[in-house]
This record gives sequence, C-alpha cells and structure tokens, in this order.
Amino acid sequence: MNRTRSTTENRLTQASLIAAALAFLAFFLLLPLIAVFSEALEQGFGAFADAVNNPDALAAIRLTLLIAMISVPLNIVFGIAASWAITKFSFPGKSLLITLIDLPFSVSPVVSGLIFVLLFGAHGLLGPWLAEHDVKIIFAVPGIVLATVFITFPFVARELIPLMMEQGKDDEEAAVSLGANGWQTFWHVTLPNIRWGLLYGVLLCNARAMGEFGAVSVVSGHIRGETNTMPLHVEILYNEYDFVGAFAVASLLALLALVTLVARSVLEWRFDLHHEGARH
Amino acid sequence: MPTVSSRLKGHWRQPSVLPGFGLTFGLSLAWLTLIVLIPLATIFLKSAGMGWHDFVAVGFSDRALAAYRLSFGTAAAAGLVNAVFGLLVAWVLVRYAFPGKQVVSALVDLPFALPTAVAGIALTALYAPTGWIGQYLDPLGIKVAFTPLGIIVALVFIGLPFVVRSVEPVLADLGKEVEEASATLGASRFQTFTRVIFPAIGPALLTGFALAFARGVGEYGSVIFISGNMPGKTEIAPLLIVTQLEQYAYDGATAIATVMMLASFAILLLINWLQAASRGRAGA
Repeated sequence: MNRTRSTTENRLTQASLIAAALAFLAFFLLLPLIAVFSEALEQGFGAFADAVNNPDALAAIRLTLLIAMISVPLNIVFGIAASWAITKFSFPGKSLLITLIDLPFSVSPVVSGLIFVLLFGAHGLLGPWLAEHDVKIIFAVPGIVLATVFITFPFVARELIPLMMEQGKDDEEAAVSLGANGWQTFWHVTLPNIRWGLLYGVLLCNARAMGEFGAVSVVSGHIRGETNTMPLHVEILYNEYDFVGAFAVASLLALLALVTLVARSVLEWRFDLHHEGARH
Repeated sequence: MPTVSSRLKGHWRQPSVLPGFGLTFGLSLAWLTLIVLIPLATIFLKSAGMGWHDFVAVGFSDRALAAYRLSFGTAAAAGLVNAVFGLLVAWVLVRYAFPGKQVVSALVDLPFALPTAVAGIALTALYAPTGWIGQYLDPLGIKVAFTPLGIIVALVFIGLPFVVRSVEPVLADLGKEVEEASATLGASRFQTFTRVIFPAIGPALLTGFALAFARGVGEYGSVIFISGNMPGKTEIAPLLIVTQLEQYAYDGATAIATVMMLASFAILLLINWLQAASRGRAGA
C-alpha cells in the first residue's frame, strides 16, 4: 500500500467511488436478500414454521435433497475423470473437449429441460418405446435428475481443471516411478492437493442442483408432493398468493446460498494458506 | 509431439508414465455424449425434420420476434449496466481498503448461489407498486415490475458477478509500473485510466459483458415473476418456449429454442475468440 499520489486517487474520489459501489450492491444484492427473510417472517415465526412444516413443503424438501444426492456425486466422478484426462495427458482436441464441457453454461435452462422432453416425452423420440415398457422419465424423478445433471455438468470440472493444470504432474509421476499404482497415486497424491478446490466445486454444484428452476420446471410436471422441488414449490405458493409460504420456503434456499457463500470465503482463505504452505 | 515409435504403434496422444488415460478419457467422453451431446443434438434433429417453411413460420412469427427483441434487448441493457457498475465494484475491491471488504466480496457471488426463483420473487416484492422500492417510484410515474424495466433489474442482479469476476484478476495483475510511467510522462490520473488502464482491462470487461449477456438471454426463473408475461410486450423468449410446450406445440418450442441456441453458440464463439485475443495481447 505504498502507492504514490500519482498512481492512486485522492481520498475524496476514493470515498465516493467506494460509496457508489456499496450503494449499488446494497440496492441490487443486499436488499433482495433481506426482503426474502423479512417477507418470510412478516406474520411471525409461527406462520413461518407452519409454512415449512406443511406436508407438500416437506415433500419438496425431501425431493430436492434426493435430486442433489443423486446428481452431485455423478458430477464429482465425471469432474475428476475429465480433469485427470485433460490435465495429466496431452492429446489432440483437448480444447474442444473443454469447450464442450462448458456447453451447458451457454444453454438456456428452459432449453436444457426441453431437450429431455423431446427425447423422452410422450411425443418424444423415445417416448413410444418408454411407454411400451412402462418407464416414466418426463414428469417423474428421473427427468428431474437428468435435467439437473445437465445443468450442473461443468461445475466440478471447471473448478478442478485450472487447479490441476497449475499443479502439473510431477508429484504423480514421482509416485508412479516409486511404484504406486493409479488408484494409490490419485488417493494419496492428487486428492490431497485438490481437496479444497474439489470441495468448492461440489458446493457450487450442490447450490445449483438444489436451486435449479427453469430446466426442472419444464420436465417436472409440477405434481404436488411428487415432482415438486423446493424452487417449484416456491413458484406454486407465490402464484396462489400464499406469500408467507412462498417466502418461507424461499428463505430456506436463501440460507443454503448464504452457507455456500460463507464456505466459499472460508475455503478461499484455506486455499491461500495452502498455497503459502506449499511455497515454503 | 508424438515420437516415431508411438506413431508406429498408433498412439494418437503423447505417451505418459501416468496411468488411467483410457478410463478417465473414456468415461468423460461417454458421459459428455450421453448427457450433453445427444440431448442437444435432438433439438437440431427435430428442427431439421420440420422443413424450412414450417421452421420460419413458428421460429420467426411476430410473437417470437417480439420475444427475441425483448430478450436480447433487455440482456444487452443489463449487460451495459453491469459493465459500468461491475467495473466500479471490481475497481473498489482490488484497489481500495475499507472495512467489511471480505463480506462485500463474498456478497458479489450471491447471484451465483441464490436460486433464480428466490431472486425473482424477492425482486418482485421490492419493485411491485406497493413494494419497498416500488412505492417510492410509483408516484414518480416509474413502473419497474411488470414492465421491460423490471426484466432489466432482474438481469442486472443475475449478471453482475460475471463482470466483477472477469475484470478483478486482470485489474489485480496490472503492473504498477505502467501507471507510474504514465504519471511520469505527465498524464493526469484520468488520462492514465482512459489511456492505460482501460485498454488493458478492455478485453476482460468485454468477456464479462458477453458472459452476462449470454446468461441474461436465456434467464428464466428470476425474470418470469417480475416481467408480467404479456405476449408481445413483456414475454421473454424462454417463457415463450415454456408456453408453447404447455400447449403441446413442440415444433414451435423447438424452433424458438434452436434460434436461441444458435445465437448463444455465436456468443460463446465470440467469448472464446475474445479470450484468445486478450491472452495473445497479454503474452505479447
């Protein structure tokens, strides 16, 4: 912080820029967050508790947890496999593979749901065959899982690829030359190096899996108590003018977001610590 | 480069002592193909089966054109707002010290972590004519909720972290030397910013804008509550897809989705090109 006067702004300019930035963030980010909790508790804690402790709300919470428990591990396995192949080996077409992994980021959530309806829906490509064999994917849990996996596809890989690229492959090569097999190398050498990055990727993946709205809305069919996830339940309650109920369920999702943000800050701090330690 | 012997053995990748390439590469490719590539290909397959005439009739109907105009227009407007304020936030976070900076930095990522439907109902509660902010704007004749302005507010919320997180690292890496040199040569602080700093962070700012724009075009959850959803007026393209699906108009939904996806891929290519260009610049 020994910038000379010629390479920084005077105090007044600094203060007004900081004030402008904070005002913008307060208006656009902080106020909506406060509004969620304030609206949820508007009629007291009792009304809030009743709204959460409602059979449909509980079914939505259970379904959301189930979807996350299925789709997050699938993306962990894929994310680690893709990052290992991409960062430990050289092969042609690598950058194309990275671009394709990022593809779900640039597709509208609604389109992400639509593609599965076109594949597995009643009028879809595989619809007649599925109906014949009595397999239900669209308007059922498998469809919600598929749409969620599609949406969260890049999260873990995106976090790991730059990290593992930076770490190189010297450690792994040393382990292998000392006689470790592939699993031992991964388990004892790679995993300890990437655990914080992996955890951060998993947190983001989980937040998105639990909070996804557009894609899930298209494939779920909105059957109360059966295929309604928490975000969909929020929408239904809101459209029925049950604002306390809608904001009560929404506040649980907002809490999840806050936990994710706090964990992210803690991990970033651990990361720095980790990198510092590695340098000594 | 592959060695001669590895080429003779037919290896298409460089040999390595590390194991697991076949397993991890095969798994990645299979999963990618099953979950992403085949489902996405379905849309183009279905579009191709429609015939050009039918495709244009539903994909470029008056209602669809109005929806594209609204989606792309509001996303561009929100992207511009975010380019200005995102740069400001990134600048303040990188350059200045103030109490609570850690918390502010964490808060910037809120739109990444908060489910879009939650953001949507919260913003509607704030900007509805009787809402916390709306009640002060309404007497002034400014209507935000249920107008295109409300859509822009929602997309500003969604897009902000893309700009901040794109600009932040570049701003932090920018050497103090160039600013010192500029000052030594007699430039004012403002000249240094416009002539030295801004060109250096320009590509990152453009990338952030493009990412926020691409996200905004496809955004659904945060918008549908605040937009009012009037066909031809406040009906965004993703909502039109959902409406078509609810009426079992699969061709219409597919055609609109195809148009939007082609537009998104064009944006993605542009982003990649921008990133390559800015890397080339940094390396030079």
